[in-house]
Amino acid sequence: MAIKDYIRERFFPHLWCPGCGHGIVLNALLRAVERMGLKKNDIVMVSGIGCSSRISGYVDFHTLHTLHGRALAFATGVKLGHPELNILVPMGDGDALAIGGNHFIHAARRNIDLTAIVMNNRIYGMTGGQYSPLSGYGMLATTAPYQNIDHDFDVVALSTAAGASFVARSTTYHVQQLTDILEKAINHKGFSVVEVLSQCPTYFGRKNRLGSATDMMDQFKETTTPIGSKAKEKDPTLIERGVFVEKDIPEYCAEYDKVIERAMKKGA
Amino acid sequence: MTNNIRFVQGNEACVEGALYAGLDFFSGYPITPSTEVAEHLANRLPAKGGKFLQMEDEIASMCAIIGASLTGKKVMTATSGPGFSLKQEALGYAIMAEIPCVVVNVQRGGPSTGNPTHVSQADVMQARWGRHGDQSIVCLTASNNQDVFEMTVEAFNIAETYRTPVVLLLDETVGHMREKIVVPKAGEIPLVERLRTAVREGVDYHPYLPREDGRLPMSDFGDVHRYNVTGLFHDMWGFPTTNPGVVHGLLRHLNDKINNNANQMARYKEYYMDDAERVLISYGASARSALHVVENRRPRGERLGLLELQTLWPFPDVVVREKCRNAVSVCVVEMNMGQVMQAVKAAVDDPGKVFLANRIDGNLITPTDIRGILRLIQGRGV
Amino acid sequence: MAKPKLKEHHIHRDWCKGCGICVHYCPKSVLELDENDKVCAVRPEDCICCRLCEYRCPDLAIEIETE
Repeated sequence: MAIKDYIRERFFPHLWCPGCGHGIVLNALLRAVERMGLKKNDIVMVSGIGCSSRISGYVDFHTLHTLHGRALAFATGVKLGHPELNILVPMGDGDALAIGGNHFIHAARRNIDLTAIVMNNRIYGMTGGQYSPLSGYGMLATTAPYQNIDHDFDVVALSTAAGASFVARSTTYHVQQLTDILEKAINHKGFSVVEVLSQCPTYFGRKNRLGSATDMMDQFKETTTPIGSKAKEKDPTLIERGVFVEKDIPEYCAEYDKVIERAMKKGA
Repeated sequence: MTNNIRFVQGNEACVEGALYAGLDFFSGYPITPSTEVAEHLANRLPAKGGKFLQMEDEIASMCAIIGASLTGKKVMTATSGPGFSLKQEALGYAIMAEIPCVVVNVQRGGPSTGNPTHVSQADVMQARWGRHGDQSIVCLTASNNQDVFEMTVEAFNIAETYRTPVVLLLDETVGHMREKIVVPKAGEIPLVERLRTAVREGVDYHPYLPREDGRLPMSDFGDVHRYNVTGLFHDMWGFPTTNPGVVHGLLRHLNDKINNNANQMARYKEYYMDDAERVLISYGASARSALHVVENRRPRGERLGLLELQTLWPFPDVVVREKCRNAVSVCVVEMNMGQVMQAVKAAVDDPGKVFLANRIDGNLITPTDIRGILRLIQGRGV
Repeated sequence: MAKPKLKEHHIHRDWCKGCGICVHYCPKSVLELDENDKVCAVRPEDCICCRLCEYRCPDLAIEIETE
């Protein structure tokens, strides 16, 4: 199937701004799904609130557009209700890590088989450019007019510490790597986190004088490097890309089947 | 002796009712005085192949049952005061997205942390209006453990019939009180199962288009129909819209499907009401004390009657108005500052004859408390 | 494997928002924005079918068809 077979064409053009990185994430995600040959009826996309979360309206899967920050909690119910389904949970950085931070770490801790995609554009775009938990120290936003004094999370370190069994990072510049990583993440049995650095030229870029969408994507190219590269040794400020964690540990739904088995044995 | 007779807490009677109704999935968070619901289900649900989940918080518990309901499961969560507050946003979502689910609130004192181990009935209005936006909700209650069982089954039946969340408003006294229950045989109480669409694959399915009888057939996630579910105003396919006609129509539908069926959902019990000139109206634990007063005073010639409400929302206006038509006075007995009394005043012909016998100190209202108010109403001194 | 040969650039003009990402990253300068800020393939003969425009298009507005 072509990737157009996976979208709801009647809602295009989509609502994202010109040059928004979220469309590139959608593009890469559809390619990953197409390459894997997944059936549309076997995929549920659960999203929260924000620019990123509107992605669920555009894909021709079972789609659940939920509440701000709560996508993973809804997704947990869907997964346990029907464990055979592939559940994709795209979230914004504020959605996943501010209002939804608690659900994020606990879904990771359970190692439930969900694919969490953190579309990190470092800003609350839908509400007009307020600082997010990933904006970073010294950055400007409508609610940080004198520079942000909040430090950002390292999504990879946070997810790893919380117990996610697959953790990766890529950017909207590195689309081929991004597609490969998304495919691995969906294939992975357990909680997968994929952080995607995504540009918001409209708010984050403009507020912080980072130039156009392509300027911002060029910065992703310049400020990131593959995991363990020589470049990273020379310049520790470079952000690493690639798969950081990929481990085979017991998955929650599989563990739950054992609970049922034990309970039934006891009850019998 | 048959093994369907049990001596249980109210919270456990609720669990028995939920299992009887076919509960598949429960997620919750420990909170007094509802915790026993979670504990018993943690034990019972997996043994019948269902799933019990203790989530990271109250919010997540409410969200998870909505997710599971969309896969076709019968779902429930249970909580108390502060937890009920936290669930409101997702409860509003379930109203908007028309997700069948049951939310148990075993009431304790409030506001805030309040009095976790003591009784209250002060969440009646929160159950009705706790979310932002215009909406209607179904709220049931019960005063004894057999009724807790039956109202829990009823809650599931109404949730499935009207594709709506149902709040089961218990209280600490009933939740922790031990009483005999008789678990009916399978089939004795009819169960309403999920109405699934008969629309075949490839044919346009409208998840939000009511049939002529008002019901909205569902399609499970994972089945052949792919549609959208959102908390935004949406069209009949579930896709967001700001079209004024569609927004207006949806809001009317969400309210009408509950309010227009108020009579069908009105559950109540009446005691000595035939010739009652003074009517007590009560519900939950308070109704036990009210019944005691009625049974105690009847032999002394006082024509007292009790109308026990089991459906609080949609408020059974017609029942209350008819039953109170010939009453000299109506005294609402409840453990709050008059939440149901306000609804009774709005329902009866003469609100001036409606009085309140209440207690708000965390202790169960006693027959003596009620008797004192009745003496005042009757002009017989304190 | 033989090099893919271009058949056509399918461009969804209604979907294109004119961000210029495809133009910027095309290694052979095949693409340009027209007077309406919509992408068009002005030098299709130079296209090497690398599909970087297709993969990076946030609007899903370009598809490269090869022979």
